[in-house]
Amino acid sequence: MRLKIKGGHVVCPCNGIDRPMDLLVKDGLIAACGEDAAREESADRVIDAAGMHILPGLMDMHVHLREPGEEYKESIETGTLAAARGGFTDIACMPNTKLVNDNPSVTAYILEKARQAAHCRVHPVCAITPGLCGKGLCELGLMASAGAVAASDDGKSVADAGLMRRALEYAATFNLPVLCHCEDLSLCEGGVMHEGRVATAMGLAGIPSASEWLIVERDIALAHITGAKVHICHVSTRQSVEAIRHAKARGIPVTAETAPHYFTLTHRAVAGYNTFAKVNPPLREPADVDAIIEGLADGTLDVIATDHAPHSPTEKAVEFDLAAFGMVGLETAIPLALALAHKKILTLMQLAEKMTKNPRSILNIDSPGIRVGAPADITILDINRKVKVTPKAFASKSKNTPFGGMELTGAVAATIFGGRMVFDAL
Amino acid sequence: MELPGKDLLDMESLSRDHISRILDTAETLREISERPIKKVPILRGKTIVLFFHEPSTRTKTSFDVAAKRLSADTHSLSQSTSSLTKGETLEDTAKTLEAMHPDAIVIRHSCSGAPHQIARLVKSSVINAGDGLHAHPTQALLDLLTVRRRKGRIEGINISIVGDIAHSRVARSDIAAFSKMGATVTICGPRTMIPAGITQLGCSVIHNADKAVEGADVVMMLRIQKERLKSALMASERDYAVHFGLNSRRMRLAADDAIIMHPGPLNRGVEIAPDVADGPNSVILEQVENGVAVRMAVLYMLLGGKPHAPEN
Repeated sequence: MRLKIKGGHVVCPCNGIDRPMDLLVKDGLIAACGEDAAREESADRVIDAAGMHILPGLMDMHVHLREPGEEYKESIETGTLAAARGGFTDIACMPNTKLVNDNPSVTAYILEKARQAAHCRVHPVCAITPGLCGKGLCELGLMASAGAVAASDDGKSVADAGLMRRALEYAATFNLPVLCHCEDLSLCEGGVMHEGRVATAMGLAGIPSASEWLIVERDIALAHITGAKVHICHVSTRQSVEAIRHAKARGIPVTAETAPHYFTLTHRAVAGYNTFAKVNPPLREPADVDAIIEGLADGTLDVIATDHAPHSPTEKAVEFDLAAFGMVGLETAIPLALALAHKKILTLMQLAEKMTKNPRSILNIDSPGIRVGAPADITILDINRKVKVTPKAFASKSKNTPFGGMELTGAVAATIFGGRMVFDAL
Repeated sequence: MELPGKDLLDMESLSRDHISRILDTAETLREISERPIKKVPILRGKTIVLFFHEPSTRTKTSFDVAAKRLSADTHSLSQSTSSLTKGETLEDTAKTLEAMHPDAIVIRHSCSGAPHQIARLVKSSVINAGDGLHAHPTQALLDLLTVRRRKGRIEGINISIVGDIAHSRVARSDIAAFSKMGATVTICGPRTMIPAGITQLGCSVIHNADKAVEGADVVMMLRIQKERLKSALMASERDYAVHFGLNSRRMRLAADDAIIMHPGPLNRGVEIAPDVADGPNSVILEQVENGVAVRMAVLYMLLGGKPHAPEN
């Protein structure tokens, strides 16, 4: 299959390309670029990409696929299909499945199921501690060999600072970055939303900002003394952004991500006890949202990841206190992120860095980008297309999004994975 | 005047006029409870489900008595475990209740917001009889009625609420209600019991109980729960009683004709000294009496009664 993409504007941070360029895809690879591609006439399909933007395939480094164990919420098949629809050719999946990814056989199972599904590449993240119990270390060496790209107890912090220090050192031995979910549980005590005026008025127990940035500061300190790479997951507070900025300025090896909901929504989104807006860390205050946006703009926050967390009505059509934390994000990430470009907070190049190059670089995954000879992993964006978020139409099994019904600007027009069109909305 | 919408969920959604009208109606209906035959037929044929998901005897009985004095049929559905532990969602529970075609569902629930969530799913009127830490609107209404009857007004009254504000739905609804009606509300408790941003509801905060009580026209004491010891909100009941309990010495700091209120049940010797609870300034039993009247008024106004008093 020879595919010609004509007239699109290429934005590739991996190779510093930011201009209109034709592409020719052949045998799963980018066979020609620019003039060479333009001259090629024997394509099986010609995509008229005039007015569209061509990016390297996006990567989401924070996804919950729920398989193995909770296939009623999501499976590797449906989750990777949702990823393809969201423009992602690579995703990293978190280990807190019902059968925890804390041993090489689970890692191998995930890779095999993903290979069969073939909608995108899946990079398993393994647990730090067996069963995510916060005690002892997983066989990180064996899991790295089996294909795990990072270690994380995502969903909770490793509460014991001494153990976390050893985990960072041990993981670094195998070149595994550690992804830190930062939350001091002793400060959260049954909290279900951000602690503040909205929680007080609604009579809901709060999760103070300090429960996050206390552990962010701790893990930065541990990165400092160990020299190991620390990546801070789903940053939600102003103080965390400040701590990470300060750490980077001091040369400490820390990177960080945030998710679209943290730069789009505030704690007011839970009004009416909307369980779809219940997420951990919780949606915070306008000052936090501003700080997250500033952190994205100045590079303190390296990555936009979704923390795609599918839940069924069994977990969401219940009392707010009892509802599970989390929202799906793969199929809304691009329109929400593009809002930052439309508002001129990020250039498309910066946005592309945070959704293609940076996550791969943090996870030590090769990112050849758009160049001749590279695998044809390409995301085509139509940044001005109006979309209405329609959860019913999601490929994901779960529909738990607070963005349902919203009108957004910008869409994924097509996703090409290994030279195959895995999503086509051209 | 009708109430806004089909439900009574919190004080925030009622205007000053709505509140006055409920109190006026309660004042009229109050007399029914003093008759030899304590029953009028205005809600005859109406079905009211009392869905109590948390133990409660007082509020439930009060609603039951109120409904029966208006000739409505009441059905009690208690559920001590959550729907979820039985594998049911709140949505399932709501649909089950709705299938019984009640005219009103009175809900007490341990989770904040559960009555709001159910109200969105059913056609029946939903009356919040207390949800989690969030709201207890009929308690606030009966407190307003009690103060209005005693003081002749609510506007300009100084009311001090002392206790575990953070874990009190009564406090939240009372702050909202009294401030809306023009009273000056002061809350008091140790810092561990005062939640972030509470002043937005319309109150000021004092951590010294003597100062909070000083000059108050109304002193409301909240029940202190022993479980709060476990979460380190206080050091001991004794430490609490000395610094925040209402005793006769502290009571003398209040206005001469100050009244003492308590939503009950009392913890004698902890938040309130027995002699104060039983003293001449205490209106605690009047609150209970007014509770029935207010709940009659709410049921009457929500279930299609005419806004004015029924004929005898």
